[in-house]
Amino acid sequence: MTAYNVPSVGISADPIVVAEGLHKSFGDTRALRGLDLSVPRGTVCGVLGPNGAGKTTAVRILATLSDPDAGHARIAGYDVVRDAGKVRERIGLAGQYAAVDDKLTGRGNLRIFGRLYHLSRREAHRRADELLDRFGLMDDADRPVAGYSGGMRRRLDLITSLILRPDVLFLDEPTTGLDPRSRGEIWDSIRELVADGTTVLLTTQYLDEADHLADHIAVIDHGQAIATGTPDALKATIGDRLDVTLEDPAALPEAMTVLNTLAGTEPTTTDDDRLSVALPATGPRLADIVRELDHAGVAAADVSLRRPTLDEVFLRLTDRKEPVR
Amino acid sequence: MTAPTSPLRRLGWTLTDGLTLVGRELGRLRQEPGQIVAALVFPIIMVVLFGYVFGSAIQVPDGGDYREYLMPGLFAMVTFSAWLGVMTRMATEATRGVMDRFRSMPMARLAVPLGQTGADLLTGLLMLAIMVSAGLLVGWQPHRGLIPTAQAFLLMIVLRYALSWVGVYVGLAVKNDQVADALVPLGLPFTMLSNAFVPTDGMPGWLRFLADWNPVSALTAAARDLFGNPGAPSGNVAWPLAHPVTAVLLWSAALLVIFVPLSLRAFTRSGR
Ligand SMILES: Nc1ncnc2c1ncn2[C@@H]1O[C@H](COP(=O)(O)OP(=O)(O)OP(=O)(O)O)[C@@H](O)[C@H]1O
Ligand SMILES: [Mg+2]
Repeated sequence: MTAYNVPSVGISADPIVVAEGLHKSFGDTRALRGLDLSVPRGTVCGVLGPNGAGKTTAVRILATLSDPDAGHARIAGYDVVRDAGKVRERIGLAGQYAAVDDKLTGRGNLRIFGRLYHLSRREAHRRADELLDRFGLMDDADRPVAGYSGGMRRRLDLITSLILRPDVLFLDEPTTGLDPRSRGEIWDSIRELVADGTTVLLTTQYLDEADHLADHIAVIDHGQAIATGTPDALKATIGDRLDVTLEDPAALPEAMTVLNTLAGTEPTTTDDDRLSVALPATGPRLADIVRELDHAGVAAADVSLRRPTLDEVFLRLTDRKEPVR
Repeated sequence: MTAPTSPLRRLGWTLTDGLTLVGRELGRLRQEPGQIVAALVFPIIMVVLFGYVFGSAIQVPDGGDYREYLMPGLFAMVTFSAWLGVMTRMATEATRGVMDRFRSMPMARLAVPLGQTGADLLTGLLMLAIMVSAGLLVGWQPHRGLIPTAQAFLLMIVLRYALSWVGVYVGLAVKNDQVADALVPLGLPFTMLSNAFVPTDGMPGWLRFLADWNPVSALTAAARDLFGNPGAPSGNVAWPLAHPVTAVLLWSAALLVIFVPLSLRAFTRSGR
């Protein structure tokens, strides 16, 4: 498996979340096999990976819910196994499934959790109102959660983890299953938190989510980080993409040959008159490409160069050429 | 919000957290009036069903009134419903990820089981009170005075609390609300296999052995004795029925000694 190690701006000497060589197995399933992770204070780290990559397993270890078989992890300098109590005072967790009580109202849920965080009754009530107000749930505060939409429930779950103003917030797939508008609302909430100085580690399967929110991305697959870096740096590792639209589909084979020679890899056809190819980082310039196509007698309606989407990066990186296990 | 280090302050935290969670359970009940109505109607149905439907056909050993004989059995039945309710709640919370949130918080690890068992104790007292009222309505009475009567109810409460810890452990062990729901119907045959509704002498030997050693039987026998209700066993009876009060106390202690540590271990280790 190739490891891409992209130097990225913003990795300061002060990581607040550090994981080193985490291993975790469930029976025969090796969920984590040497995961390394480092999140600088005050940033958003997006952990990306396909189903079963080990994202939830990693979050559960970092949030003290599960012990690693090997390796260690520290939150704000405290070991997640030995100093679990200290870690718990500094983290918030919103898991993959909303952990709020359907039978209670939104306000009731927050007050109970405020009390469980050992706020005084008055302080718990005040903090509940403050959070409901700030995150737009005040109008529904006195309705039982059973009547909330999926997005509202998620938002309530998210703000429950904010009661103590945690230094580090773990969000496991915070927007899975939500419609675009609810996702946008959760994103806004997360941005606000970061503006307050909270460090956020979020897992997601949505690349645009990582692209929008994360300062820094770790792509994990088979329980290992296979690439880390800023979204831009990750996109740069696979080079720019060239999209060509032909005037006549009959010229497709010709165009394929030209692009193959220039890029050094086989182009993909995205339509019967469209091709797309990844260019090497030190690839040919646009002008050269246009000229070469011209020479070969290929009439192009459009030739454009663009950065790859994270989807393309992700698919490329997690492409399973060699079956693991 | 730093966790206290002195054992006394720690105990204080555990108790306040437990109380907060009791409040949470009661808050849930408020939103579910249907459950309260069901809890109120259930004892009345049982008294009518057993007292009049079965009662017309069952002969009490020493010739007493069947409903006098029946009520201690029904009290025992209500007591033994404790572990089912707690088990279902614990399993549901484990399924829903609520348990993960609790475990990621700086909370006392005893608090969650304390909250569940505490809330069950309160609802149990309510159910017992309704059962007592239903009993008084159909002519049941304690005959031996205040102290033995109080002792009988105290025994029920002690055993109920111990049983609710069985529920905590089983709920954490199954970790799945559907499995827990499937276990609930087992409660009834377990209560029936006892002296609660019929004398055990008529049962085949092996069945009688099981029934005599069933803790439901010990509690029923102790209550009959302390209330002065008919049905006291005579002749060659099994040890738990000859010493029912001691038997109930021993059962309670044994359940607590086994299931409190098991539950705590399951709570801290679940999902690790
Ligand atoms: N408690 C468990 N018992 C057994 N196997 C488990 C357990 N938890 C996780 N696994 C396995 O470990 C692997 C990693 O799981 P994990 O839940 O961490 O993946 P994920 O990246 O969060 O996936 P998803 O995107 O589906 O949430 C999977 O193969 C999963 O089946
Ligand atoms: Mg997951």
